[in-house]
Amino acid sequence: MIKRWISRFYLSLIVLFLYAPIGTLMVLSFNNSRTSVKWGGFSLKWYEKLFENKTILAALGNTLLIALLSAVIATILGTSAAIAIHHMKKRKQSICLSIANIPMLNAEIVTGIAFMLLFITAGDLLAKAGIHFEMGFGTVLIGHITFNLPYVILSVMPKLKQLNMSMYEAALDLGAGERQAFFQIVLPDIMPGVLSGFLLSFTMSLDDFVITHFVKGLGADTLSTLIYSELRKGIKPEMYALSTMMFLAVFFVLLLMNLNPRNKN
Amino acid sequence: MYKKSLSYPYLAWAAAFIIIPLLFIIYYGLTDKTGAFTLSNLAAVATAENSKALFLSLGLSLLSTAVCLLLAYPLALILSGSKMGKSGFIIFLFILPMWMNFLLRTLAWVVLLDTNGVLDTILKAFGLPRFKIINTPAAIVFGMVYDFLPFMILPIYNVISKIDVNVVNAARDLGANSFQTLYKVVFPLSLPGVISGITMVFVPSLTTFVISTLLGGGKILLIGNVIEQEFMKGTSWHIGSGLSLVLMLFIIVSMVLTSKYDDGEGNVL
Repeated sequence: MIKRWISRFYLSLIVLFLYAPIGTLMVLSFNNSRTSVKWGGFSLKWYEKLFENKTILAALGNTLLIALLSAVIATILGTSAAIAIHHMKKRKQSICLSIANIPMLNAEIVTGIAFMLLFITAGDLLAKAGIHFEMGFGTVLIGHITFNLPYVILSVMPKLKQLNMSMYEAALDLGAGERQAFFQIVLPDIMPGVLSGFLLSFTMSLDDFVITHFVKGLGADTLSTLIYSELRKGIKPEMYALSTMMFLAVFFVLLLMNLNPRNKN
Repeated sequence: MYKKSLSYPYLAWAAAFIIIPLLFIIYYGLTDKTGAFTLSNLAAVATAENSKALFLSLGLSLLSTAVCLLLAYPLALILSGSKMGKSGFIIFLFILPMWMNFLLRTLAWVVLLDTNGVLDTILKAFGLPRFKIINTPAAIVFGMVYDFLPFMILPIYNVISKIDVNVVNAARDLGANSFQTLYKVVFPLSLPGVISGITMVFVPSLTTFVISTLLGGGKILLIGNVIEQEFMKGTSWHIGSGLSLVLMLFIIVSMVLTSKYDDGEGNVL
């Protein structure tokens, strides 16, 4: 009994530790006073001002678009890679998996500057050929797809291992084309892995700062890089309002998904 | 499904955006401005300023990894023993904070920990001893633990929750007390998760420049800050790459350690 009580208390402490800053930001988003130190009464004015702030809205658009595109492309590329890697011989498979893991295990700052060196050199080379290329939206997208790929591969691989290949072969024997057999038999089976890869990718992309910082060039600010550039002047409270809304939106979506009895598994 | 061509787009992508960028760092790290081979960029780590930053980074990241392990292991044990583990609730609990921007979450600790901040005011109201943590190395360790704790919890939890209950029961039947069971049975079996968690906390802590900027008041330089400045303030890409190569040595060591212990079970997913 005492043991259970201590366990609960410890779990609550850790949850409090993880969620205290989130609570703080939510409270600040309703703070009438501009400084984060003083409580100036309840107000919704930052939520109103948010929708007039074109810089923040543009950064939000970039962030969501990059997260969506990079997650979709990484999911397609990563799932096909996972299937190919799954059918490789042991040695080749372990080499491919090690390379696939590099963007996840390597330090973000190293990945970021490696991209920066690549893109700037590519820009110089292309300039000599008369083609204009500089870092911006496209390079951020490439960076995000690359660091999302290992998450997709790692979520899909276990599902492929559990896959019953006889089902696929049976479908082929019964006259289904390879494409048809894949989409009707294999894909539904590995779908949970594909979906969790997609969701993880989207979340990682949304939360990324370091790699975007190095490859964004002069344009293409995301919310993270915008916040970083505002550090010295002080963060605009509209930003707290925006992140509160984003957080709550995701919280309720995930809560509904978890409450839905059909998704219990 | 067996078609080999399925792997080509990915292999091309990996070559262009994983392998080649790393070759660029090696090239820049080992050459000077004229393109001649040199080791001076690597030797730059030995200057008083840079070695101080490197040792500080190593110290703080080892400390934060140890704190994360101490906090996460009991938690993983508690979670794997409870019913909550069965329904993706755990992942939900520890992934959800990522939906609030990482910079803002870390900055919120400034509000909480600052002199006259929330915590300080509470301590003052109760007449408890107050402490100054913000803009000190302790605040940086605090930030590292906060940001990377989930990466320690999830792999350990994953491995422990997969341990066969019969193995634990057998140990108890054979007369082991709960401490002996933990020390002799559960802990050795959970080692892949522990090693995986250690790398996933140690590498980002060692290389961060954001946490030290946000919580260190901009005066405490970690090796990540030095490298970031070499690139973004336009000092020298060659020295920056050289320092990154030195940093990668540490990362490679921890990667080799992981692959030795990791059988794929300890991954976050």
